[in-house]
Amino acid sequence: MGRYIHKRFAYRTPPELSGAAARRYPVVIIGAGPVGLAAAIDLALHGVPVVVLDDSDRVSVGSRAICWAKRTLEIFDRLGIGERMVAKGVTWRVGRLFHGEREVYSFDLLPEAGHKMPAFINLQQYYVEEFLVERCADFPDLIDLRWNNRLVELERLDDGVIVSVETPEGAYRIEAGWLVACDGARSRTRTLLGLDFTGRVFEERFLIADVEMKADFPSERWFWFEPPFHSGESALLHKQPDDIYRIDLQLGWDADPEEEKKPERVIPRIRAIVGARPFELDWMSVYTFQCRRLDKFVHGRVIFAGDSAHIVSPFGARGGNGGIQDVDNLGWKLAAVVKGEAGAGLLASYDEERIFGADENIRHSARSTNFMTPKGGTERVFRRAVLDLAARHVFARRMVNSGRLSAPCSLAGLSLQTPAEVGGGVAPGQVCPDAPLLAPDGKNVFLLELLGQTFKWLALGQVAAPAGAGLPVVRIGEGGFADREGFARARLGWDVLYLVRPDQHVAARFLAPAAAEAVAALRRARGFAAAAEGVAA
Amino acid sequence: MTARLDPEHDGLAGRADDVYEALLVAHEGLSEAESAALNARLILLLLNALSDPEMALAAIATARDGKVG
Ligand SMILES: Cc1cc2nc3c(=O)[nH]c(=O)nc-3n(C[C@H](O)[C@H](O)[C@H](O)COP(=O)(O)OP(=O)(O)OC[C@H]3O[C@@H](n4cnc5c(N)ncnc54)[C@H](O)[C@@H]3O)c2cc1C
Repeated sequence: MGRYIHKRFAYRTPPELSGAAARRYPVVIIGAGPVGLAAAIDLALHGVPVVVLDDSDRVSVGSRAICWAKRTLEIFDRLGIGERMVAKGVTWRVGRLFHGEREVYSFDLLPEAGHKMPAFINLQQYYVEEFLVERCADFPDLIDLRWNNRLVELERLDDGVIVSVETPEGAYRIEAGWLVACDGARSRTRTLLGLDFTGRVFEERFLIADVEMKADFPSERWFWFEPPFHSGESALLHKQPDDIYRIDLQLGWDADPEEEKKPERVIPRIRAIVGARPFELDWMSVYTFQCRRLDKFVHGRVIFAGDSAHIVSPFGARGGNGGIQDVDNLGWKLAAVVKGEAGAGLLASYDEERIFGADENIRHSARSTNFMTPKGGTERVFRRAVLDLAARHVFARRMVNSGRLSAPCSLAGLSLQTPAEVGGGVAPGQVCPDAPLLAPDGKNVFLLELLGQTFKWLALGQVAAPAGAGLPVVRIGEGGFADREGFARARLGWDVLYLVRPDQHVAARFLAPAAAEAVAALRRARGFAAAAEGVAA
Repeated sequence: MTARLDPEHDGLAGRADDVYEALLVAHEGLSEAESAALNARLILLLLNALSDPEMALAAIATARDGKVG
């Protein structure tokens, strides 16, 4: 137990500064935050070597993103750190909503049984980054992680980039075919390309504090509108591992951020929530809500992911979770492009799909922020009416918005997906749901573990899988994995064939697959047909 | 479906006076702020009672248009 100790990662002289012959790398990643590190691992899992440059020598200072949603945990599991995260994190599922002194209602995110990953865990961003850094070490031949290497200049070529890097030992240049910009909200890459965010900044300030204390608050999310202990509009209390609690307090637009950061201002505010318990302030920050993004994420050979591409207000936990979903979407596509296996439309589909995802996140975050910061008389009157009715009326509870917690987005109707006839099961575009299975050798496995990160046919029941397309088949039913508790049949249907993408989204679904159709769906999902048909889809 | 929002539609089955009176009585003795709160609750309850989000959206748009006569 005890407070997190930031290890310093050793700077090592890069080959470019020790006289090695200049070489061109397929991919360079700027930034070793959660998004850059996850991208490095994903590309390594696809066999693509990467260089990661980070301007610091340690993981995130401050807990920052703490809430990790089920889909993100599934992605992290694919990358190899999911089980570790769940073991260390605080699993939670109950949220309580208060208005003043009164508890208005509580909700239970109770995940149904039969999923490997829970609905949510809370885990400080520095742990997530630490686990990712350690996982990177499993790929010594593929991931070259360079601490204290700062991107300073960028030259764009038709077929790549030349990056100028500054280190404690001097500057060097490195050429790469692709640059993935994961350098965060203040992205240097974005500035160097002269790109700007568009969107909204909300006139509201929040104090966010991590407090270490021994307390018996349950592992629940507590949210107050007009809290009795704080003069501002709202407050949030959330439990993290190591006896750390996250406290968010809405301060109002007039608050002076520098004043509000002073301990003599912060401590009484926290004292008002936690009462007489002894506590220590671990980290804090004052921030403004923003919901903004780049117009496009792919700019020639430069690709943006995570906070460099989009930022959202934190309620709903869509910042960190959204960034990891960017990686999930980009990794296999960029790997296919580097290996020359991608159709012309594949990388464009990253823009299409993740801009769609970012807009969904921005829409939800903006709505939460609006609900939390009512402007003027009428908005306040309606919010009050919603909160009053919510005590008894279910419909009003659905209007109360203290953050719509991150959920995977559906890619239905976008270019890579082949529309399916109506019918049961999972619609193309959705993430394939998990299910507990029994392997022929008697071992328990989960479906998502079997799907991994390459295209697969997923066949349930008697349906035939197309031969000749060269894809592995995961079969549930006779001759394959047993549907141990019936979850696969209930969630996916029976006698049905799915084409599952490397990011585990369903690309196509067939009840009676003709080989030609199935192969066409695969081509389309690899970006070959998208350019022609995407417009019509 | 949104025919119920047509200018010709009379959905109160001849009891318009009763309903209007009840509305005024409900506001009797309330301050302006209390009246505004009551109206807000009423609107939310009605939107839900419609049981038809499309019609709820259409009603909001019709009200916003402010068409008279
Ligand atoms: C104060 C604060 C509180 C937050 N709270 C929450 C929260 O409660 N919930 C939530 O979901 N999200 C929260 N976030 C957002 C969340 O932390 C981000 O969404 C997440 O960190 C995005 O990851 P990233 O990898 O894209 O960027 P970052 O984590 O910002 O990583 C960017 C990396 O790039 C490196 N870098 C930057 N410039 C250069 C350069 N020129 N050269 C080399 N490397 C460079 C940085 O050192 C850093 O390691 C918070 C953010 C902040 C700042």
